[in-house]
Amino acid sequence: MSKEKNVLLHCEHLVKEFPVDRKRSVHAVSDISLDIYEGECLALVGESGCGKSTLGRTLIQLLRPTSGKVFFKGAEISAMKPAAFAPYRRQMQMIFQDPYASLDPRMNVHDIIAEPLVTYKVCENKEVLKARVLELMDAVGVPREFLYRYPHQFSGGQRQRIGIARAIALNPSLVICDEPVSALDVSVQSQVLNLLKDIQAQYGLTYLFISHDLSVVRFISNRVCVMFLGKVCEIGDSETIYQNPLHPYTRFLINAIPVADPHLRGEEKQLLQGEIPSPINPPKGCRFHTRCPYATERCRTEEPELREVEGRMVACHQV
Amino acid sequence: MEELLLEMNHLKSCFFTRKGVVPAVDDVSIQVPKGKIVGIVGESGCGKSMTAKSIMDLLKYPGRVVEGEILLDGKDLTKLSARERRKVRGEEVSMIFQEPMTSLNPVVKVGKQVREAIMIHQKITKSEARERVLEVFRQVGISEPEKRYECYPHELSGGLRQRVMIAMAMVCRPKLMIADEPTTALDVTIEAQILKLIKELCDTTGMSCLLISHNLGVIAQMCDYVYVMYAGKVVEQGDVYTLFDHPEHPYTRGLLASIIRLENLPERLSTIPGVVPNLMHLPEGCAFCRRCAAAMERCQKERPGLYEVGEGHHVRCFLTEEREAAHE
Amino acid sequence: MKKKKEIVEELLAQTGENGSGQALESQLGESDTFKDKMKRMASSNKLAVFSGILILLFILLAALAPVLTPYTSEEMDLLARLSPPSAKHLLGTDELGRDVLTRLLYGARVSLAVGIVPTVASMLIGVFLGMISGYVGGIVDSVIMRLADVVLSFPSLLLAMVIMYTLGDGISSIFIALAITNWAGVARVVRSETLSLRETEYVEAARSMGVKDFTIILRHVLPNCIPSLIVLFTLDVPSAILSESSLSFLGIGVQLPNSSWGLMVNLGRTYLYNAPWLSLAPSAAIMLVVLAFNFLGDGLRDVLDPHLKDS
Repeated sequence: MSKEKNVLLHCEHLVKEFPVDRKRSVHAVSDISLDIYEGECLALVGESGCGKSTLGRTLIQLLRPTSGKVFFKGAEISAMKPAAFAPYRRQMQMIFQDPYASLDPRMNVHDIIAEPLVTYKVCENKEVLKARVLELMDAVGVPREFLYRYPHQFSGGQRQRIGIARAIALNPSLVICDEPVSALDVSVQSQVLNLLKDIQAQYGLTYLFISHDLSVVRFISNRVCVMFLGKVCEIGDSETIYQNPLHPYTRFLINAIPVADPHLRGEEKQLLQGEIPSPINPPKGCRFHTRCPYATERCRTEEPELREVEGRMVACHQV
Repeated sequence: MEELLLEMNHLKSCFFTRKGVVPAVDDVSIQVPKGKIVGIVGESGCGKSMTAKSIMDLLKYPGRVVEGEILLDGKDLTKLSARERRKVRGEEVSMIFQEPMTSLNPVVKVGKQVREAIMIHQKITKSEARERVLEVFRQVGISEPEKRYECYPHELSGGLRQRVMIAMAMVCRPKLMIADEPTTALDVTIEAQILKLIKELCDTTGMSCLLISHNLGVIAQMCDYVYVMYAGKVVEQGDVYTLFDHPEHPYTRGLLASIIRLENLPERLSTIPGVVPNLMHLPEGCAFCRRCAAAMERCQKERPGLYEVGEGHHVRCFLTEEREAAHE
Repeated sequence: MKKKKEIVEELLAQTGENGSGQALESQLGESDTFKDKMKRMASSNKLAVFSGILILLFILLAALAPVLTPYTSEEMDLLARLSPPSAKHLLGTDELGRDVLTRLLYGARVSLAVGIVPTVASMLIGVFLGMISGYVGGIVDSVIMRLADVVLSFPSLLLAMVIMYTLGDGISSIFIALAITNWAGVARVVRSETLSLRETEYVEAARSMGVKDFTIILRHVLPNCIPSLIVLFTLDVPSAILSESSLSFLGIGVQLPNSSWGLMVNLGRTYLYNAPWLSLAPSAAIMLVVLAFNFLGDGLRDVLDPHLKDS
């Protein structure tokens, strides 16, 4: 999609740990460096507890990183004081997973969508504000007559549309989509995904799309970053990774998707054994080695670096 | 024709609320043959869970079964007393739920919880029951069963908890297991493990399974027969190959089309316009007519019946009916 | 009373996907605005409605006391001392020949004021401290909550007595004493509400778009606390009325020649055998008002608090 690759957001050796008690902490994000290019949709994929949501929130400084640096349009936002950060904050918005929890039940649609506009005093008077809110409602396909309705009067899909309108109200450059469709029904899910894609093209947005659903990611993203236990396993163009996944974990993930075709069963699929290790005490060496059928002695002791193989970055000793 | 384990005929369950009667399950007939996995698929609010709850007699006030019969091995469950019904529940039919954390008591060790599930129904000693629990734990693939026996639910991962739930459902060797969205709360790699386990259990023990899911992928991988539900009614039923290869009902087609496939990716996803109708104010005609691209005048006024197009393949749609009529 | 909420939760638990119960919620025709909840209570809980009316009636009677009775509260009819209820004195007279009904109505002014003013004050303090405590967390939270623990660990009546002795008699001292003893409970409730509201996605959404913390508290946290605060209010008012009665009964509350219900019970105690109406009338009044507030509070809690299910 992006012809000239301008880096919009860039992070270096980002670490986020949550202390559990005096000695131990949850290693949610461990030493991650990545770039998000202007106009692309980068997907963070992984199972629950892999740190993808934490990474998303740390990148936009909703959580302060334990260590490491984050640059947005060349400026180091991770080192900024809140006042200096404010102009950057409005360029990064977020869409949340649960459309039932992300809208204040006591506010009507107008007030919800207007909240960011009011916060940054974008509109000079109430008429301009209302006009802008109506414009946004048109953009996301919420009928204008619902302006003064309350969230509980809407279905999940419509609520998610309201959430999207709120996120794009300030014309941000980066939108973090945190599992935006996983709470929705199949038919509504595709409506919202189409909308997200349309809006990205229309407003020239960059998405960081967090999801556990590899099919959804396949549809929306240009690049995919597969995470396991706070580490990047594989990162590269969607096409490359889906056609030819190199990291064993990526392969298992893609394999595990239940395909909606009864003819494709029968052949014994190789399933990933075991459970996800604890992020409080992650395994030494490659963090995936406890579940990996190809693990060798080297995997148990030495941590693999991300390196370029066949047009994408992989962290595995075996490829 | 296969031998039927469960035969549900014209079941109707309603919720009697102050604002009106909500027909959550309306004239649903489902057959579960012995040893097979039967799937019910549909979006939220279509009545798939309510159908399961009706079989288990777990509908809560103000919901209740209004009409119809539920025959389990020829015995009508709706005619049983509450006590006999309890005996059926757990011993002959058992159920597993979506969220394994909330279905287990957090302050009782899992081994004890499963043990008590047997001891309710069978007169055996504690140590015999313990042996049986360990055996079932091994059967459902719980590693180190003795150690897990002494664990509290919060000490287990989501996948293990769901295995414990399955063990609890299996422990009395039921004839039918109802799995209500058993993997929705689980990660995709764990989901695959659990689905494989359910399939193996059905194959090895001859148990039947009624699998409820919104995920067409899960249904395609698991089931022998499929029922598609919409707004409390079955709109299409058939064996899994027919249904996925030759879907007839516009709703089934819409659902199948909106699945994202990994190959041949489209620019835009196909969608079903509109939203699920309010069960209390259903349209006069076909419940799907307002979202249906092919709706005719007749669809607005009359309610279509289930029409048989092939062996065991039934469709609730006038289009099919008229086409077949013209064919003949 | 509970039914709808419970059905909805039930459906929520039973349907396939996250939050999809809401779809069913709209199917049940359930709407959730405050107004609707009040209507629901009005139609289902007659006792609560009746209690509300009774409370309003008491307030009205207290306000209109001078108009309603031919006597003043200090007017003595020395010829008719300790006379039993009659047409002239509906609830009889006391040992100085003052009309009991009149004193009861004037006493209602004090008792209701004592119920409402310190409760409002303690709510303001409690809400302020509770929200700061819950939202800011850390050391601020620890300090405020330990302070609340200290207040709560004293028997409240004892604490009020100590404050009264320090400040001296008088109605404003009672206000201060009761406000100081009651804020801690409010602060605790508000803190726990704030803690859970702080974790909601819409608060996170507000933070992610850069809304200031203070604005978030005012716009998102406080309005969502209001249902609990209403309930808390209706439960705290009667306890304040009772505390005042106890203080006055013990002789350190309202002083003569003012009148309050607690004081009337105390003074009537001496004549309990020959003139029982002196104590019984104010006792009955206290009981009625306290019960009315409690029933109203229960009714409100049933419709406003989705977590609490009666069976």
